[in-house]
Amino acid sequence: MVATLSMSAPWSYAAGLHFDWVFFWHALVRPNSSFLLGFATTIYISIIAMALAIAVGLLLALGRRSRLWPLRAFASIYIWIVRGTPLLVQLVIVYDGFSAMGLLSFTDVTVLGIDVQGVVQAGIVTLALNEAAYMAEIIRAGIASVGVGQSEAGLSLGMTPGQVMRRIVLPQAARLIVPPLGNDFNAMMKSTSLLATIGVSELFLNAEEINSLTFRTFEIYSVAALYYLFLTTVWTLIQSTIEARLQSQLGIPRPPTFRQRLLGTGWRPMGGRVRDAA
Amino acid sequence: MSPAESTSEAEGFPAGAAAGRGTNVAVAAADVVKRFGRLEVLRGVSLEVGRGEVVVIIGPSGSGKTTFLRCINHLEKIDGGRIAVNGRLIGYRERSDGSLAEAPVRTIADRRSEIGFVFQSFNLFPHMTALMNVACGPLRVKRLPRRRSLDEAAALLERVGLADKLEARPTQLSGGQQQRVAIARALAMQPSLMLFDEATSALDPEMVGEVLAVIRDLAKGGMTMIVVTHEMGFAAEVADRVVMMDNGQIVEEGPPTQMFRAPAQVRTRDFLSKVL
Repeated sequence: MVATLSMSAPWSYAAGLHFDWVFFWHALVRPNSSFLLGFATTIYISIIAMALAIAVGLLLALGRRSRLWPLRAFASIYIWIVRGTPLLVQLVIVYDGFSAMGLLSFTDVTVLGIDVQGVVQAGIVTLALNEAAYMAEIIRAGIASVGVGQSEAGLSLGMTPGQVMRRIVLPQAARLIVPPLGNDFNAMMKSTSLLATIGVSELFLNAEEINSLTFRTFEIYSVAALYYLFLTTVWTLIQSTIEARLQSQLGIPRPPTFRQRLLGTGWRPMGGRVRDAA
Repeated sequence: MSPAESTSEAEGFPAGAAAGRGTNVAVAAADVVKRFGRLEVLRGVSLEVGRGEVVVIIGPSGSGKTTFLRCINHLEKIDGGRIAVNGRLIGYRERSDGSLAEAPVRTIADRRSEIGFVFQSFNLFPHMTALMNVACGPLRVKRLPRRRSLDEAAALLERVGLADKLEARPTQLSGGQQQRVAIARALAMQPSLMLFDEATSALDPEMVGEVLAVIRDLAKGGMTMIVVTHEMGFAAEVADRVVMMDNGQIVEEGPPTQMFRAPAQVRTRDFLSKVL
């Protein structure tokens, strides 16, 4: 027993356990162009789908607050169905199911000189419509958090309810909306990997293709995971910048930046309210 | 209730609401009824306020003062009667049969833009500087040029003694300063009527004076005002007329000397004996 352990690590002799570091580093640092294209596809699908989701989600949130009951009913039923069914199932229904029924089939188009495959459109639309249901709830909660006194102050100046929403309520709701919204965007960037199942050539599908050619399964999926991790990490940094900016807009002091800590400028140690003696 | 009374209620007030256009009447409220669920908070309140007049409403908590004030710029819908400011109905339009229907959103907003409202809790917009709080009405509602809106806002803030706070956020201001910004914000719309809803009730005692001073200046300047307040000394000093409300009705009204020295009604005497 003791002799065995003192030998060179026994697990290195286990059958088939071999990590190809050369392949791994090469795939990580110098990926081929189609892998990079897949990576870019993941990024742009995420961004476009999220932008659409925010727009549709805002409409749904306003719909749920509408004075007209058909709008309220539509928004509620939409949110109920979309949040109650899996994204993967929604994907195959939108892309395969709709075209099988002859309802709607996505064909390749060219937008601003860029060819967009039908399957990519289906992916973006489904992700956006799915996320919109979640966004609607996030936005609704943000709107509800702004005190009714704020709306009344806007109305009493002569603003219309629409102006009050746009100028007074939404800018304040944004501070509460951004953290969960950022969380959802993080989740969505990872959910784009589901688009591989309908054949969108994004990051994960490219990793699968490399796997089927090289059988470096653990290595290439680790590389894919690291690329997703890179994306979500960059997003986390962006999100904290946005949050800090929104806080400072509300007069809440920003936490000191690294440079400010170093040079000691513009940082009030207590970060408290500035009050006049008057 | 006798049949005769119910008939007159159904017919409404043919003269009251339309009166005032081009006359000296700024506010004409006729038999205003307001219910919250089954609770009747205003039970037929009628009040006329002349141009340039300062009317102070006093009365115990829950008497309907604040609700009545909020009805005057349609922050509350009313369940009966009618309210006109400068001869035009607030919040409603009259159907050909004389009944009322809620006015279009635009019309309601237009009417409100002529009425300044100052809230007990200030309700400044926390995402804007003091200057933008004051400028946003002219900028967004009147759609005046940006430059002009900001210049006028700065002048107003100077007038309420906050020339050095233009770029301050509401969170950086004291309660008294916030309320002065809120008054400047209402004045920026150049209202013909100002409504003050317990404007000093949320303030620390040492800040009440600075806000009352601003309101006093406005009164001297001839602004038409309805002031709901618990500051009896201030009421006596600034009011042309004092109105006592209790239990959703106007109990008594008269000039401040009469109201504070020799009130006619027992309820007024009781109330004053508690607060003075």
